[in-house]
Amino acid sequence: MEVVLQNLTKKFPSRDRKKREDVVAVDNFTFTIPDGKLIGLLGPSGCGKSTTLNLISGLIKPTGGRIFFGKDDVTDLPPENRGIGLVFQNYALYPHLTVKQNILFPLENLKGKDKLSKSEMLAKAYEAAKLVQIEELMERKPGELSGGQQQRVAIARALVKMPRVLLLDEPLSNLDARLRLQTREEIRRIQRETGITTIFVTHDQEEAMSISDMIVVMKDGVVQQIGKPQDVYDSPANLFVAKFLGTPPINLFEGQVKENRLYIGEDAVLKIKGVEEQKVFVGVRPEGFRLQEDGPFCCELSGIEVMGRDISVVSRNKASLNASIRAIVGAEHLGKIGGGYVGDADPDRSEEGVFTGESAPVEEKAVATPVRFALNPGKVFLFNRETEERIHFEV
Amino acid sequence: MRKKLAESGLKGWLYLLPAILFLGVFMVYPLIDVFIYSFEEGYNSASQTYFGVGWYNYSYVLHDPYFLQAVKNTFILVIITVPLSTGLALLISVGLSSIKPLRELFQTIYFLPYVTNTLAVGLVFMILFKKTAYTDGMINLLIQLFGGSSVDFIDGPYWAKMFVLCLYTIWVVMPFKILILTSALSSVNQVYYNAAKVDGTSKLRTFMRITLPMISPMIFYLVITGFIGAFKAYSDAVALFGTNLNAAEMNTIVGYVYDMLYGDSGGYPSYASAAAIILFSIVLTITCINLLISKKNVHY
Repeated sequence: MEVVLQNLTKKFPSRDRKKREDVVAVDNFTFTIPDGKLIGLLGPSGCGKSTTLNLISGLIKPTGGRIFFGKDDVTDLPPENRGIGLVFQNYALYPHLTVKQNILFPLENLKGKDKLSKSEMLAKAYEAAKLVQIEELMERKPGELSGGQQQRVAIARALVKMPRVLLLDEPLSNLDARLRLQTREEIRRIQRETGITTIFVTHDQEEAMSISDMIVVMKDGVVQQIGKPQDVYDSPANLFVAKFLGTPPINLFEGQVKENRLYIGEDAVLKIKGVEEQKVFVGVRPEGFRLQEDGPFCCELSGIEVMGRDISVVSRNKASLNASIRAIVGAEHLGKIGGGYVGDADPDRSEEGVFTGESAPVEEKAVATPVRFALNPGKVFLFNRETEERIHFEV
Repeated sequence: MRKKLAESGLKGWLYLLPAILFLGVFMVYPLIDVFIYSFEEGYNSASQTYFGVGWYNYSYVLHDPYFLQAVKNTFILVIITVPLSTGLALLISVGLSSIKPLRELFQTIYFLPYVTNTLAVGLVFMILFKKTAYTDGMINLLIQLFGGSSVDFIDGPYWAKMFVLCLYTIWVVMPFKILILTSALSSVNQVYYNAAKVDGTSKLRTFMRITLPMISPMIFYLVITGFIGAFKAYSDAVALFGTNLNAAEMNTIVGYVYDMLYGDSGGYPSYASAAAIILFSIVLTITCINLLISKKNVHY
């Protein structure tokens, strides 16, 4: 089912009586969620993503705008008539009912011509349970299940009525790291198998990127960018989106465009075309750095973190807006870097109490070791200093 | 090692000593004493002597028409007031939780009887219900207004007196129940109601299948304490009908125990003890039945 949001707005009255202004949780949303896709609503806490989900579910009423499921205008329908399944952040399983009773609960509410016989209900409940692989837990109470199992039960309960749209509110936030990986694949699989349009909310960009067909990045109630995860990552619309996506995060610098060259500090790092001379913010993805002995971009090496497949070169630069610059390069470069091993791989060093968990401090060395990079232009983004909008350039 | 363990055990007992001493002297010893008294036949409290040991005290008490009247009164009181007060309190609490404005004001009003002196409340009830030479009382005036004939609720027929006693008891015990139930209701996580709403659950079904099970431990607590409290009723009857409850046919079991000890016909600690033990076994039985029922219906 296609979900269309049209100028959707939600304002909450301000708690502070002196301030008359309402709090705008969702500001004039217009976008279309295509049928049968998995969509991630992504943003920092307080950005209005849960409010958006609740507006789609019907648990809260919008201040303005319309919501369509396919051709149907559902804006004024109560939640039960919209044909949605909702999985709550803490699952909201009824603790006094068994798993089976929990899954049956929505079916038992059906009235009139939709009413099902006992055996039909059981068949549907077992079908949903099979989909999420919890058939053997049907007689247990939610308190006797692990977090991941509870999550599956919650999904089964949301799916049992075959909703038109499945909504998941922070579905993975209550799970530990390993289970999170497993469960997100599970959500992806269930969505593929059922083909139900699924919208989920998360603040974890990795989570959203990994399983969504499309992500919607939000900030302060305003949509920043909508697109396929890779497209959004490769081409962020503004500084916020660039900063929000990617681990390790993007490296930001104060820079300047002068005479068709991009300067970071004193270094002319790239030759570029099509940009007026101005001061800019420069964002460089960690994988956009290339170690090169005569590279144009010079930084002070402060440490190296070994991650097995890659190494992360931690360095500093005066123009950097972050505390340190993080560049990810292949592990084969390990021997070539001046300082050699400086990271947490050295056990003696960490015992001296100077180890900060991030990287070894630069004070350890009397003279800072310089490290030089060349930049991959496809991984470099320029942003306007005032509007923080992306400035496109050509090489 | 073993010695150390023994020592630490001893230490534990030492810490418990004040509580054990206190409970032993003021609870356990009197209980045992009452039990012994109840079997001592013809006990004389002045000379501290008795004739023999046996079941005579129980036989006397169980054949005493005043005691049987008291048992009947107590049971009627329990059976009417416990379910009614709990049910009404639940209704009022649900009402209170579903309104927003003036909620605190109403909560305060409903809680007032709890902090009001029993005898003062009794006096107010007397004024409302009592028929005197000068006036028939507020309630009777109301009855007359609607075309009924006035009834003497305080010195009149048995059912009228029992009605006032039950009404009074319900009114007195409700505030505490409302307090407990409103807090129980507000502790039910809103997310369950949202989940029910998304699933299209009707209001009634939400209440029966979600709210009630979720607050069932508190309801159970109220029912158990309600039963015990009602079985021990005494001061309420005194507040309404004075100290000569036997004459008013409004005595309760605890009232009978008092009368046997201190009343005009008093001075029989053996009979009082036997009556007290009978009450104890009644309360014990009812509580056990309650616990058995609760196993199925209370969800922790």
